Amino acid sequence: MNQPFKQHLIDPEICIRCYTCEMTCPIEAIVHNDDNVVVNADICNMCMDCISVCPTGSIDEWRVVNTAYTVEEQFGWEELPDQQDIVAATDGDNDQDDVITQLFAQAHAAAGGKAKAPATAAKPTINMYNLGKPATASVQGNYRLTDGDSDSDVRHIILDLGSLPFPVLEGQSVGIIPPGVDGDGNPHLPRLYSVSSPRDGERAGFNNLSLTVKRDEGGVCSNFICDLSKGDSVQLTGPFGATFLLPSDPAAHILMICTGTGSAPFRGMTMHRQREMPSVNDALSLVFGARSPRDLPYFGPLKKVPDAFLKKAFAFSRQNDTPKQYVQDKLREDADSVAALLKDPNGYIYVCGLKAMEVGVEEALSDIARSAGLEWTEVRDTMREDGRYHLETY
Amino acid sequence: MDLINVSYDSQIPNNVGLSSDKKVLKALEKWHPGYINWWNDLIPQNFQDSMVYLRTAVSVDPKGWAKFDYVKMPDYRWGILLAPAVEGRTIPMGEHLGEPAWQEVPGEYRNMLKRLIVIQGDTEPGSVEQQRFLGLTAPSLYDMRNLFQVNVEEGRHLWAMVYLLQKYFGKDGREEADDMLVRSSGSDDSPRMLGAFNEETPDWLSFFMFTYFTDRDGKMQLESLAQSGFDPLSRTVRFMLTEEAHHMFVGETGVGRTIQATLDAMNKAGITDPYDIAKIRDLGVIDLPTIQKKLNLHYTLSLDLFGQEVSTNAANAFNYGIKGRYMEQRIDDDHKLQNDTYPVTSIKDGKILTEDVPALTAINMRLRDDYVRDASGGVGRWNKLIAKSGVQFEFKMPHEGFHRQIGVFSSVAVDPDGAIVSAEEWAKRQDEWLPTKEDGAFIQSLMKPCYEPGKYATWIAPPKVGIDNKPGDFEYVKLHMA
Repeated sequence: MNQPFKQHLIDPEICIRCYTCEMTCPIEAIVHNDDNVVVNADICNMCMDCISVCPTGSIDEWRVVNTAYTVEEQFGWEELPDQQDIVAATDGDNDQDDVITQLFAQAHAAAGGKAKAPATAAKPTINMYNLGKPATASVQGNYRLTDGDSDSDVRHIILDLGSLPFPVLEGQSVGIIPPGVDGDGNPHLPRLYSVSSPRDGERAGFNNLSLTVKRDEGGVCSNFICDLSKGDSVQLTGPFGATFLLPSDPAAHILMICTGTGSAPFRGMTMHRQREMPSVNDALSLVFGARSPRDLPYFGPLKKVPDAFLKKAFAFSRQNDTPKQYVQDKLREDADSVAALLKDPNGYIYVCGLKAMEVGVEEALSDIARSAGLEWTEVRDTMREDGRYHLETY
Repeated sequence: MDLINVSYDSQIPNNVGLSSDKKVLKALEKWHPGYINWWNDLIPQNFQDSMVYLRTAVSVDPKGWAKFDYVKMPDYRWGILLAPAVEGRTIPMGEHLGEPAWQEVPGEYRNMLKRLIVIQGDTEPGSVEQQRFLGLTAPSLYDMRNLFQVNVEEGRHLWAMVYLLQKYFGKDGREEADDMLVRSSGSDDSPRMLGAFNEETPDWLSFFMFTYFTDRDGKMQLESLAQSGFDPLSRTVRFMLTEEAHHMFVGETGVGRTIQATLDAMNKAGITDPYDIAKIRDLGVIDLPTIQKKLNLHYTLSLDLFGQEVSTNAANAFNYGIKGRYMEQRIDDDHKLQNDTYPVTSIKDGKILTEDVPALTAINMRLRDDYVRDASGGVGRWNKLIAKSGVQFEFKMPHEGFHRQIGVFSSVAVDPDGAIVSAEEWAKRQDEWLPTKEDGAFIQSLMKPCYEPGKYATWIAPPKVGIDNKPGDFEYVKLHMA
């Protein structure tokens, strides 16, 4: 092996030698002697089955190496070696992961730095299914969310995973693999969609999830999804996304800002809170922009959620007889509450929607911060570092 | 919780097709309210109402079973989860070696199997009962979370055994399942079946020693049941073993962190003599000689759980294919043991001897030997902590004849080094070897709760790695403030 690569190791100072990883490994890549439990780099295929069964966390150790540490070398260790000064090369197998990582990097770019999950968020499962091993779901329902006379066709799609484990949290995304091949004859790569249902299922206790998908003219995947009928099969990858997540803390104050199908994660988050802590009031606010009420996904159901549980502000940009309004206008109208949230150590802001909304939202938040005597970029960086500012735009 | 309209397929995550198994479903539905009552009466109410960062098994897939999230303990999803069936599995030992594993209970072994399952099941709620008040003196939210994780998983293990009883043992199985909730640790009228599960767990060092030594006996028993020719039992305990590893972890790191705090305090105060007990105790930490005494006590109580060294019951269980040896598949012999021998300790003319006996009858002894090896590993790692700190002290496992109530050594007094001593001598020196009332009172005096995230009581060091990789000040339990 001449290429540098990542070797999987076990920390002998943390490991308690319970051998659970050894029993779990499907291909017997983990062995032990009287001293240590170690991973044989010649056999390990990085399936990660051993990671979650380890009670100590000692198993999640990696070193980039030019030549693998042998089993015998590892048996002799009393502690892990330091990382040598080597840069990891990317090999072909990781291409797909890289594509997803880049997509997320682009989606989170305007947050001004690396995104972090809220400290109290549940631990997300990611990358359970990939192109080589996708999950198959069957379509349970496909409903149009926008008015029949709206020219925007947004769909609510319910997918049933049957008996397949597919744990998702609100705010995570899944990949959908459209069937067929692209112009070069290669199979299509998955497209990412935010899950719009809560973690315990579109219907509580059922192993299903929902997506909110807008038909794009000429879009291979969105047309495939919007045309699905009940009973059709769909290939899924994921789940993806480890930061745009809901804090579990009931005391959190959460401001959600979205346009169009950017509402998907917020539908899931709101439903989760409704199921888990229905009596916690005055904690959630939603600022939602669309062209008109007919174009606004979930407009009917949203209006039924009591204002005490979810404070709602709708901004319509093309409604007859009223001036154009955008989400940033609604933020400014409610500047006092927004300013209070910026100062609240338990305040969280989530932004999700089209790239075009970034500038307006950013300006509005800057102005509100300034009037409250704060510097927006500082507030933003603190909140982001704390896992309290989340932005996902596409 | 709505006890009448419990949606069982969602309330009880299971991979045994409960929803289509009406008979078992009905039996579990009858049992479930009693279990919830037992749980609710057990642990102080403000902990029941607190949000605890627990892992829940939602599937037996290695990627799906450790889901971490905040949960109120009474809402924990106690599931019935069996490790996936191994296609074409055969009986790994005894006279039925190589025959297909049983999917139903063989009539001739029904009573023996039932008894093993009942004894195993009885220990699970027993330990939760012993530990019920520890939350009140938790040295940190991290430790409190680990305690509750152990508790809910022991609760799940009870469910697992109850499922087997109700599914495979008809009416008397259902009665045995009900009795699990009637017996109670330390009760005069109906105590738990094994002695060690009627002892109190009065403080956290006892809890850590218990999870290190006594739960490790449980692990060895589960390992031997994992070999069972009765496939549903084997699959059940194989999945339980994955959870049991966490209990081993709590024990080993709990004792290790207690030792670390003592070493750090001694070094900071410039104390080099580990026997300078009064001075060390003044630092608010537990001196190493007292920890050695606790080790002596819990280790020997646990050795008693392995039963008689030579046992025809154990021989039968092995021969019938009901209980195997530790890591049976990795042992290179005929797995029938008809002509083999195994060395067993015995006492003749006031001397401790080793003699070879038919290997079949020495199954308990062999499991105990495997246990001693397994338990020595962690003690060695504790000694490494001491060596690193520069303090001159080493923990020793006492001789297996020391302080024994069951087996060949129960008739003699043996000191920790393995010398037979007179009863008078033993009585005179007992306080050097086993914790005294005063030792207990001192440990008790340190048991003050520390509920601030990221903070730890004086006598215990913080862990090296957080649970689920969480940062040091993570709030593992959001305490309910009534």
